Amino acid sequence: MSIDLQHVTKRFGNGPAVLEGLNLAVRAGEFVAVVGRSGCGKSTLLRLIAGLEAPSGGVILRDGRPAAGLDPSARVMFQDPRLLPWQTVEQNVMLGVQGLGRKEAREKAREALRLVGLEERARDWPSVLSGGQKQRVALARALIGNPRLLLFDEPLGALDALTRIEMQRLIERLWLRQGFTALLVTHDVSEAVALADRVILIERGAVALDLPIPLARPREKDNGFAWFEKRILDRVLEPGALPGKTAGTPFER
Amino acid sequence: MRGTSAAIRRFEPVLPWILPVLVIAVWQLLGSLGVISSRIMPTPVQVAEAAVRLTLNGELPHSLAVSAWRAFAGFLIGGSIGFVFGLLNGVARLAERLTDSSIQMIRNVPHLALIPLVIVWFGIGDDGKIFLVALGVLFPIYLNTLHGIRSVDPGLIEMGRVYGLGRGALYRKVILPGALPSILVGLRYALGIMWLTLIVAETISSKDGIGYMAMNAREFFQLDVVVLCILLYALLGKVSDWMAKGLERSWLKWHPHFGRPHVHPPSA
Repeated sequence: MSIDLQHVTKRFGNGPAVLEGLNLAVRAGEFVAVVGRSGCGKSTLLRLIAGLEAPSGGVILRDGRPAAGLDPSARVMFQDPRLLPWQTVEQNVMLGVQGLGRKEAREKAREALRLVGLEERARDWPSVLSGGQKQRVALARALIGNPRLLLFDEPLGALDALTRIEMQRLIERLWLRQGFTALLVTHDVSEAVALADRVILIERGAVALDLPIPLARPREKDNGFAWFEKRILDRVLEPGALPGKTAGTPFER
Repeated sequence: MRGTSAAIRRFEPVLPWILPVLVIAVWQLLGSLGVISSRIMPTPVQVAEAAVRLTLNGELPHSLAVSAWRAFAGFLIGGSIGFVFGLLNGVARLAERLTDSSIQMIRNVPHLALIPLVIVWFGIGDDGKIFLVALGVLFPIYLNTLHGIRSVDPGLIEMGRVYGLGRGALYRKVILPGALPSILVGLRYALGIMWLTLIVAETISSKDGIGYMAMNAREFFQLDVVVLCILLYALLGKVSDWMAKGLERSWLKWHPHFGRPHVHPPSA
């Protein structure tokens, strides 16, 4: 699914604009990472694309059609797994497909769990799983309906470093295999470079940097990787980007 | 260390009963030795004899049946009303604005204060008691249902929306199960209020039931029957509690707290 945002503005109530005049186009099947300081509006951007919030101004197109509300072929993975604790792992995954027979849904759930390597935990309650396993169940639930757009809202933020690397590899493998459009919101520049075709930096409510990452997959942490990582990080940390200061004031010129 | 913990585990099911049995044994001993006069406090054996006597002449089963019927009828009526209002006010803002403050106002009137009025309205038969029990259990169920629905994680509701759950499925799969632990707390609390209300109502004005049996026995100074009635209350309370626990076990088996019986960590 392709996404096109034109002059999108979002403000909550009468507050200042979180996003202002933002333009962004994502091709179908592309993997785009969105980075930025906390509070820059990157999660709001994801919620707008998902249809969880409505823009205050501008147009959001999904597959060339104006977006109105939630799209059944778009799925969101949140920072917390959001599994229903009163349903088994398998039943939780089955939530991802609506309107199928019980037997068929169960078969698909097993298949999705196999993809994330948790087939044998199908009958367990979520409360006995580790944080990383819970996120894998959430991933299976997102994948089961064969989504054409998968939105990741910092889904790996709460995981330990090793589990994170494993999850990144899993996400990349599944993306290569299923070919959905992926949008990953993250504060981890290294994670963005490891996964994305393109890294977008959001600053003061608009796209401040749009950098393609032409590295081969699966990505090694070599010199090329480090160069991209440093380049993005330097831009994020630029003094002019600090809140309260604007770049290029007469005094700095 | 291994030996002691193994022994404790073997006697684990008996542990809750040690204290009650001990109390009864000491009581019997003091009574038989004449330390406690049987005119003030009958011995356990005398109470047991009274129980057998009253069971054989049919008075005890009849009283129990009458009281149990009042208790559960009242509980069902009051509990249903409380649950429906809790549910409605938990999900519909308009309903909450309309009814919540009135319900809170009525809630603060001690329902037992209505007994004189209830006697005038309903007489001393079943209806008045059922009314009082219903009124008593309504509020704990209402408050806990409302609180349970309010405290469902909004993240889960948002997830449900993203995954295309309709309104009905959202209530069935997310909101109600999320509110259930709190509803069951209300249920347990309401069961206690149920017996309390019934006993007071039956003691003050009745022509049958356990409370009446106790009051009647007092007139004839049959202390063994009075003590028997008090013990019956303890037993009935325990039975309700046990039923509520059973519900928690089967409905909340997903919950790490209720799912398994307590597992003790293996000793090192």
